[in-house]
Amino acid sequence: MKWHVLRPLWVAIGLVGLILVARQFLVPDDFGVHGRNFTYGYYRLSNVQEWKDFPVKFQGRESCAECHEENLAKVNASSHAPVECENCHGPSVNHPDDVELLPLNTTRELCLRCHAFLDYPNSARASLVSIEDRRHKRRYECVKCHNPHDPKEEVE
Amino acid sequence: MTCSRREFLKNTVSSTVASVMPLSAFTLLSHAEAAAALAESKVRWAFLVDTNKCVGCGLCVTACKKENEIPFDAPVTRTWVERYVVTKDGETHIDSPMGGRDGFIDDKIRGEEIDPDNIDKAFFVPKLCNQCDNPACVQVCPVGATYQTDDGVVLIDRNWCIGCGYCIMACPYGVRFFHPEKKVADKCNFCYHRISKGMQPACVECCSFGARRIANLNDPNDPVANIIKTERVSVLKDEYGTKPHVFYLGLDAEVR
Repeated sequence: MKWHVLRPLWVAIGLVGLILVARQFLVPDDFGVHGRNFTYGYYRLSNVQEWKDFPVKFQGRESCAECHEENLAKVNASSHAPVECENCHGPSVNHPDDVELLPLNTTRELCLRCHAFLDYPNSARASLVSIEDRRHKRRYECVKCHNPHDPKEEVE
Repeated sequence: MTCSRREFLKNTVSSTVASVMPLSAFTLLSHAEAAAALAESKVRWAFLVDTNKCVGCGLCVTACKKENEIPFDAPVTRTWVERYVVTKDGETHIDSPMGGRDGFIDDKIRGEEIDPDNIDKAFFVPKLCNQCDNPACVQVCPVGATYQTDDGVVLIDRNWCIGCGYCIMACPYGVRFFHPEKKVADKCNFCYHRISKGMQPACVECCSFGARRIANLNDPNDPVANIIKTERVSVLKDEYGTKPHVFYLGLDAEVR
């Protein structure tokens, strides 16, 4: 064959070789087929562990109960028992080690998420105690009068 | 060829031993052991949403965004809650402002006032990644950055994703989005870091009404898995053949 045909061929072969060599260094050892097949399980295996190590923020009420037993007992005896502490107090993350004080949310909007009246008689919302936002003490935060740890109890 | 009796016996014994020896490497399994060994994994995560219980507070969306470090004010979310209001004239009004992040406080839908007397039914539907058995999003990934783990959860390798967005297009449920900070595709992974530690996903933990529950389908004693197996549940967009693993109780035909 003529030289002008072969020359680009050698360049192309060289490039492919170069890519194959580079691939050896760039692709991690644990990259390959791990799951059920190539279609669904072609990945870097160590990524599974990386996701498992993602930091947990919401620690759950058991973690709150370690110190705030009294508050939890009060909530558990009230109609707010199913409400998770961290919904209003914010995710505890590393509290109390890192985060000294959690950002407590006392806004009216937070309460209204469940307690704003919507005229949907066949939805689950209808089973909750609700107010009409426009008609009920508009400018005040709910916690001024109602104790969220025991909604039946009125705050002085 | 000649063969003495001694030689013949010696060869017979040794060849018998040699052929039986490798068999001893196999152990006899009981029926249960064999079944367990054949199963791909002891865990197959699934999710149960009870739309009858959802009140549309959106605390699941807030919790998800905080737990999974999704930019709070960006219009992207791993889970969201949709409101459906079906009126007497046959119209269905659907909205999900900011994915329901701040709950549903107002009765206006997309700024439109709806006469309460005209409402036939209204309900809330939480949505999240379906962790499909045949995930279309995984099939289309050109670099192997998204995959299905042995326990059925579809994950995204943030170091490997090139952000091409094919998977975002491929998902029939629209659960994938482009993470504005990490610059990669992102979606719900059932809080993989939590469920692999024996905790509940953040949205499940923060739901006060039991509308969201997580299940291990391969555990015969899992109460939620037993609801999925024994009660009448439905899935979204079954016709796509993706075999979604988020099951719904009380799903209305209006839900798309």
